[in-house]
Parts: sequence; structure tokens; C-alpha cells
Amino acid sequence: MDSVTATAAPSARPNVILLIRTFAAIVGSGFRRYSTYRQATVAGVVTNTVFGILRCYVLLAVAGEAGTAAGYDRAQLVTFVWAGQGLLAVVLLWRWTELADRIRTGEIVADLLRPVHPVTSYLAADLGRAGYAGLARMVPPLLVGPLLFEVHLPARWSTVAFFGCSVVLAVVVSFGCRYLVNATAYWLGDARGPLLLWTLCSAVLAGLAFPLRFLPEWLYVPLWLLTPFPSLLQAPLDVLVERDPPAIQAGLVGVQLCWAVLLLAGCRWVQRRAERRLVVHGG
Amino acid sequence: MTIIEACDLRKEFPVRVKVGRWRRVRRTVRAVDGVDLRVARGETLGYIGANGAGKSTTLKMLTGVLAPSGGTVRVCGLRPVPDRTRLARRIGVVFGQRSQLWWDLPLRDSFDLLRHIYRVPSAEHAARLRRCRDLLDLDAFADTPVRQLSLGQRMRGELTAALLHGPEVLFLDEPTIGLDVVSRQAVRSFLGELSRTGDTTLVLTTHDLADIERLCRRLVVVDHGRVAHDGSIADLHARYGSRRLVVADLDSAPAEPPVLTGATLHRVEADGHRLVYACGAASAAQVVGALAGLVPLRDISIVEPDIEEVVARLYRSPAGEPCTAASAGAGLTGAPSPGPRTSPE
Repeated sequence: MDSVTATAAPSARPNVILLIRTFAAIVGSGFRRYSTYRQATVAGVVTNTVFGILRCYVLLAVAGEAGTAAGYDRAQLVTFVWAGQGLLAVVLLWRWTELADRIRTGEIVADLLRPVHPVTSYLAADLGRAGYAGLARMVPPLLVGPLLFEVHLPARWSTVAFFGCSVVLAVVVSFGCRYLVNATAYWLGDARGPLLLWTLCSAVLAGLAFPLRFLPEWLYVPLWLLTPFPSLLQAPLDVLVERDPPAIQAGLVGVQLCWAVLLLAGCRWVQRRAERRLVVHGG
Repeated sequence: MTIIEACDLRKEFPVRVKVGRWRRVRRTVRAVDGVDLRVARGETLGYIGANGAGKSTTLKMLTGVLAPSGGTVRVCGLRPVPDRTRLARRIGVVFGQRSQLWWDLPLRDSFDLLRHIYRVPSAEHAARLRRCRDLLDLDAFADTPVRQLSLGQRMRGELTAALLHGPEVLFLDEPTIGLDVVSRQAVRSFLGELSRTGDTTLVLTTHDLADIERLCRRLVVVDHGRVAHDGSIADLHARYGSRRLVVADLDSAPAEPPVLTGATLHRVEADGHRLVYACGAASAAQVVGALAGLVPLRDISIVEPDIEEVVARLYRSPAGEPCTAASAGAGLTGAPSPGPRTSPE
């Protein structure tokens, strides 16, 4: 037992590299954690595909004989639906209650006793989860959609790069929102109320139920700039279907970036405030 | 060298209490009320108290999870709350009722992730893990996801996870709770081994006093947020008048139980066929010798002082009032309480 308790010597490596390695290890663990639930993955893919078909027919009906709706043609609407069905699991709007549950049960103590900031740790794990969802949940709908409908394929190479950035930022924005909603449990004890509100708002205002461009301009522009919801799904999907020129695409990603930075800063601030008044019940 | 130093440590929680139908009144509950504690490097300390006495709250303040309402605290020379991230690299914590492992991952993956989180060099990590595997017999379930482990297996995993970064202080909050006899023995023997090396300071809170008796030379009892006793287990017995009992089974019951010098009659059982004496100034051998000349002995047994009884009496005593043997009504001679001792050697 002599060396079991030896203290680790401080490493001479630069802190940034060690930080990146730690972050990457937690990302990897997030990937592995979610990849263990394979049956749930299959069930999710089937559900997303079935709902993709339904949503596709609804939006094509809206486009009607004119073939366009709110500036989208039929192929763009189909791509909007199928990419949206795939992104749903990647961005993960719902069902993430891990933080709230750990606060309620007191397990959050274990997170606070690690030498990594909880926001950093949860973000890294969420990126790992999103990576797995990108492979297992996003690819199948993207393959099924073109088999059944005519889809829009990106015509510009820049769109692919913008879309990649937009998806990563959408995951970060979603994580920030979910973290803040879950963190209400620090004050409320149980975050079910805020989670329900979040579920309702994100379903309608993120662009899942219908493209937000269907709304009048006086409504969707403030919605886009003043709330993070369009940055969750609407922004990456609009970037992908190339409804707007490259400058607007870059602007959409820029808005997402602003929200991502703002929300992560908000998460750290809330976490700091919460730790000051933290009560861990039950021994 | 002192590794944990707490002075006048306090924690108050605001609680809203319902008064009448609509009104709520804000009250302040003192969970920890002026705890003074100094723990030397390499020491093994038992920190016990009744439910709600403030032991877990103290532990959370020492680890930086809770901010104290008052007083000062230093662990490994750091202030736990402001320096929590730095302190986390130098301490390990095991909660019997909570897990620090990842539910979905096998133990092996959890350990590997902890290596990255604590930035432990591979060679050191491998050496520590090898020793823990040997002592705690982890190999049989190292590839099983944590959610599928039994409580005993998980606790062995928790202990390993807490030690892989080589902490200077290991805080253990009820590490044997709910474990079966075999797992409890495995955990105790592992902690005993760790304690014997003296490299790691152990702070153990538990309700299982057998853990304390086997592992800790020093015992701190908290009661209503205050230190009610700080010293060895022998000190505790001496202070609260615990004494060895001599149980004499007789062939025939005497008309009157004999009166012995240096021992008091504790109780009479079995219609006078069993006499129980509590040793005072006289040793157990002297009591047995005296009894042999006075009554027809059939059998003799000596019962060591029961720590559980002493601690239970401590817990039952009202806040701020030191417990005495007389107040417990156990028939033992009460020793005057010197009051809480707050700074050990």
C-alpha cells in the first residue's frame, strides 16, 4: 500500500494541453456513456423517421401547388424536415434532467469535488453525447429522407462549413439553456416546472413544429435576436437549406455564437451563485 | 504537522417554517455551532454523531462543498471553498450513500476518466490501481457497468476512485452503510491497511461504531453541532464512567448479594443466580477472586465496556449538557465531565 497514497507531482506540461486532454477525455466518456443504450437508439431512430414522414407531408401540403412556402421550395422543406429530425437528438431539446436530478438527490456533491468546473465537465460530456447522436441518430434520417422524397443538396461548399459550425453552436446553446433550466433545482429543489416550460417553448420557438419564417417578420426577427430558441434548430436548418445568401448564413452563425458565449457565461455565473447557497440534504 | 485545522466553524441554514394557514416564518438552524478541530497528517479520526448532529455538514465544509457561516478552516493549507478546485486534487471523498462513479460506464472506464480529470501520470495511476485491485479484488467486476454492481462492489470501486490521484486526506462518510458482513470486512481491512501506512489522513464518519473501534485511535463526537468529546475511545470510557463488567453465574442464589470493595453491583438476574458487578478501583481479577471466596461460582465472564452504550448516552443527553453515567441510570459510577475538549495533542 505504500505507493497508493503518494501525491501526484505537478506536471511540467503546459496547462492548456492538459486542459484540452481532460476535456477530450470527458467528451469521450460522454460518447461511451450514451453509446451503451443501443436499443433506445434504435427506438429513437424509428420514431424520428416515422414523424419525419408525417411532418414532410404536412409541410408539402402547406407548400401546395405553388411549390413554395415562406421562401422555401419543396426540396428545401423536405431537407428542413429530415435534417431537423436528425438534429433533434443531436441538439437534445428534451429529456435531459441529469443535473436537476443530481441536485435533488445530492449527488451533485461528487461533481463539486472534482477539479474540473461543473459547467466545463457537463459541457464536455454533452458534446460527447452529441457526437454519438450525430452518428447514430442523425445519419439514419438523412439517409431515409432522400429515398422517399426529393431533397435539396447544398450547392455551395461554404454551406457545409457553416452547417458544421452551426450544429456545434446549436448543441452548445441547447446545453446552456438546459443547464440553466436544470440549475433552477438549486433554488426550487425540483425543476419539473421550469423543465415543462422549457419543453413547451423549445418545441414551438426552436423551429421544430414549423419553420419560424412562417411567422410574420415583426415576430420572428425579435424572436431570433432576443431569445436563444431559433439558434437551437432553425439556424442550422436555414443554413443547410441555403434559403439565404452566404452573408446571412454567416450572420445566423454569428447570432448563435453570441448566444453560446452569453449562455455559457450565464451558466458559470448561476453555478457560482448556486454554490453559495447550496444545501445538500440527507447527510 | 496539522493537515486539517478548523476554528470556531459554524454553519447556519435559513429555514422557512409554516405558521398558521398562510404565514411562513424564517428561522435559522445551526447545523454546526463552533467546531474546533485539528487533525495531524497521517492521523485516523473517527467523527461521529447522531443523525442531524452536524457531522456531514462539517465534512462538506472541510471539503469545500459548503461555505461556512463563520469561523476559519484550512485543509492541506488551503481554504476549502475559494480553493476548492486545487483542494480537490489533494483530497479524496467517499460517500456511502452517493456515488462518484459514472453510472453508465464500467469501473475500468471510470478509473481511466479519473486519471485524466486528476491529471495523474500513467505510471502512477497504473501502480495505484494495481494495488487497489489486489487489495479490493476488483478484477472480477472491473468491466461491469457501475449500474449493475452490487453495493459492496460499488463501494470498493468508490474507494479505489477516491485514492487513484493519491490524496493526502481521505474523507469517508459512512463508507460501510448497507454493506454485508464480507464487504464490510473487506472495506475495513483496506482502510486499516491505509491507516497503518500513515501516508493518508483518514477522517471517517459512520454510525457503525465497530468501524471506529477497529480503525480510529482518536474519536470526535459531535452533538447538536458542537464537539462533545475529542480523544481516544479509552478516554471516552473513562470520562463517562464505562467500566468492565464481571458476570458471575452461581450454583445457588445467596440471600444477599455480597458487597465488594472497589466494585459495585450492577444488576441481579436469573432470580439471584447471576450477579453482574461493575469494576471500579478493583480489577476484574480481584473481583473474580473476591467472589470465588464468597459465593458458589459456576461460571464467570468479563464484558468489555460497550462503546455503543456510551455514545448512545451521549446522543440522548440534552444539548449543551454533558452526559454522565448517573444521568443514564445505568448503575455505573458517574465521572464529572470536563466539558468539550477541542484541541488534541
